[in-house]
Amino acid sequence: MAVLQMQRISICALKKDRKAILEKIQSMGIMEMNQVAEGEEGFEKMDTFGARQRFEKKASLTDNALDILDIYAPEKKSMFASLEGKALVDADQFTEITGRKDEILKKADRLVACNKEIAEHRAEITKLENQIEALVPWLELDVPMNLKGTGKTELLLGTMPGETELSTVYEKIAENCPETEGVDVQIIHKDQDATYLAVLCLKTDAAAVEEALRAAGFARPSQATDAVPAKKTAELKEQIEQLNTKIGEIEEEIKACADDRGDLKVVGDYFRMRAKKYEVLGTLPQSQRAFVISGYIPKKAAPAVEKAIGDHYDCVIDIDEIKEDEEPPTVLQNNAFSSSVEGVLEAYGLPHKGEFDPTTIMSFFYVFFFGMMLSDAAYGAIVAIACFVALKKYPRMSASMHKSLKLFFFCGLSTIVWGILFSGYFGDAVDVIGRTFFGVDVTVPPLWFAPLNNPMKLLIYSMAFGLVHLFVGLGIKGYMQIKDKQYLDFFCDVVLWYIFLIGLILMLIPSDIFASIAQMTVVFPPALNTLAKVLAIIGAVGLLLMSGRSSKNPVLRIALGAYDIYNITGWLSDVLSYSRLLALGLATGVIASVVNQMGSMFGGGVIGAILFALVFVVGHLMNLAINLLGAYVHTNRLQFVEFFGKFYEGGGRPFEPFETDTKYVDIKEES
Amino acid sequence: MSIWENLGLVYALLGAAAAVFLAGAGSALGVGIAGQAASGVVTEDPSKFAKVLVMQLLPGTQGIYGLLVGFITLSKIGLLGGGAADLTPETGLLVLAACLPVGIVGLISGKSQGQCSAAAIGIIAKKPDQFGKAMLFPAMVETYAILSLLISILAVTAIQI
Repeated sequence: MAVLQMQRISICALKKDRKAILEKIQSMGIMEMNQVAEGEEGFEKMDTFGARQRFEKKASLTDNALDILDIYAPEKKSMFASLEGKALVDADQFTEITGRKDEILKKADRLVACNKEIAEHRAEITKLENQIEALVPWLELDVPMNLKGTGKTELLLGTMPGETELSTVYEKIAENCPETEGVDVQIIHKDQDATYLAVLCLKTDAAAVEEALRAAGFARPSQATDAVPAKKTAELKEQIEQLNTKIGEIEEEIKACADDRGDLKVVGDYFRMRAKKYEVLGTLPQSQRAFVISGYIPKKAAPAVEKAIGDHYDCVIDIDEIKEDEEPPTVLQNNAFSSSVEGVLEAYGLPHKGEFDPTTIMSFFYVFFFGMMLSDAAYGAIVAIACFVALKKYPRMSASMHKSLKLFFFCGLSTIVWGILFSGYFGDAVDVIGRTFFGVDVTVPPLWFAPLNNPMKLLIYSMAFGLVHLFVGLGIKGYMQIKDKQYLDFFCDVVLWYIFLIGLILMLIPSDIFASIAQMTVVFPPALNTLAKVLAIIGAVGLLLMSGRSSKNPVLRIALGAYDIYNITGWLSDVLSYSRLLALGLATGVIASVVNQMGSMFGGGVIGAILFALVFVVGHLMNLAINLLGAYVHTNRLQFVEFFGKFYEGGGRPFEPFETDTKYVDIKEES
Repeated sequence: MSIWENLGLVYALLGAAAAVFLAGAGSALGVGIAGQAASGVVTEDPSKFAKVLVMQLLPGTQGIYGLLVGFITLSKIGLLGGGAADLTPETGLLVLAACLPVGIVGLISGKSQGQCSAAAIGIIAKKPDQFGKAMLFPAMVETYAILSLLISILAVTAIQI
């Protein structure tokens, strides 16, 4: 339960060992780079931008190639592929594959080129298809479209708007150029938008006829081929066929590369690693012969680095404590159980420098509250088993995923316990099944009590749990103040509040209000009643006088004190907020009962049983999903708002070590 | 039998109906608003689907709370078991009043939570790693739906029939 102590490590070594040392640090992955010797004379930074960009370009080339492979030869992935994590590659294998990197890059180039060719061919096909489309109306024409005519006659091809009748065309010609004779009009094709005409007339009349037709909306086709349309269409189709074959061939070629997927991934990661290394290299101050690396390292990892670097190279290693004004990154270290809520803490913010790591304490409350909100033994078992199986089956999943699943596993266990306490097994499924199908009244009695029968009791308990949670939060605040030797603050901000609140609670318990809520009367001995009043008064007066101690002005000081006492409303709303433990617990149980009730409406018998099973599975799955979400969100809220509100600030920086930052594969370290 | 003899039952059923339809309508509005924002994000980046889906579902709980109160009311007045209880109009009105908090607060908070979720989806779009914080803002609105649910449940179970 702690934040790991960080130290600053500085390594000054010879330039000739630069590459080896950087690679060693990168493979150890426990040091966050943070260079200090900025702008000092004699030290310069190397310009590695060009090299880095080259590597990044190569890495993105392999990414492109992999994307292309995914399109044409998709990998078979199971639904849970995201749980599998990165593949593990032996160091030897890694060296072997990266040795062939030029060849593999060529393949990646070829894949990208193939993809481009396919795209070009596809564009060509679209163009040809458009041409065919334009020819469709002319298919009936049995002469080439660009035929001018015979010796004495001229052929006019073109369209008229809408559905023009043959007689109309003749009429138009007769109307507009009456002197013409010997005109032959044929309608080649007719559709909604246009009528396609072939007009044959004497060469001498051609201009006049065309003019006449144009007045009626005649227009020549935009493109005229030199072949008979039907033949031309066949040709174009032939071309498309050829292009399709070519595309097929290229696709085959791409598919044949599917086996290189692994190599491409390794090479991509290799270049990503080198790019990262050059990025760091560019920040290092270097003199003519030497260079300096500086950064943060967890204290317990420092000896390992000293040994790994110091024993092998000529260098000076300096390990210092963190200075006052530095903000080192935060690394948490917790036991196997508590570390599972680290992800939740990270979502809020890591502890800042010198702050207490609340993970351990939070983990117990988290699991406790989560179980109470879901509170159904069967749901809990499903969640726990699913997480357990996933954890066992996919040991190589990412660390954060591993933590989350572990957290849900523990929450599932807690849910089982609460379910047994409250008698929730798919809601009231046992009763309903017994009644509907076997005609017997069976009930699994709750170990504690059924919330729906006595919601008031659970409400009181929810708030009591909440109060414990809040008091622990206040206690942590006090602990931090003692650690920082702020004893006065500890007394005024923490002890006085404890006294005040405990006094008020002791006054509340024997009162009528509490009796009516809890449906029981508690009688304290008179001495305790007096003590309660004394505590409350001491607390209130103390807060009134002390909360505004930063202010010199006595009036302002009292006013600030009064305002602080007003914070009691904040405490009240915080405690009331824990009523969601009851509300969400009831929601799970009641909706589960609704599902069971709906299922049992079909009555007994075989058909009833089948329909029941159907409703049961779908309904409970939905209920489980919705209530899992609810329990997760609201447990987080109770931690973040109510609990952390009492003491926690966060705002720490996550630790980002210089490491082998791979995307697809992990390299197995030589042992 | 005329409706006047059964006025108690009518009032009580009206209460159950109000709890379900008001809170349900609130959730429908809220989930709808959040869903529009979620669709926008998924158009740009389909990999954020799971995260924005969770956000979209957050305002859906009001409808469930309404259903919960409706169900408790129905089983309380015996409509589910077959034999409807003989309610006086006074008791019926009591049940109706008990159902109102979750209905009305559910309607308003559902819509507000939806708007809040839509804004939180904006956080996911720009900073997906801030999921934990983004989720918290809509959850704040929900507190009031939970408080009203609590009062409705306590009131319905407390009424003597």
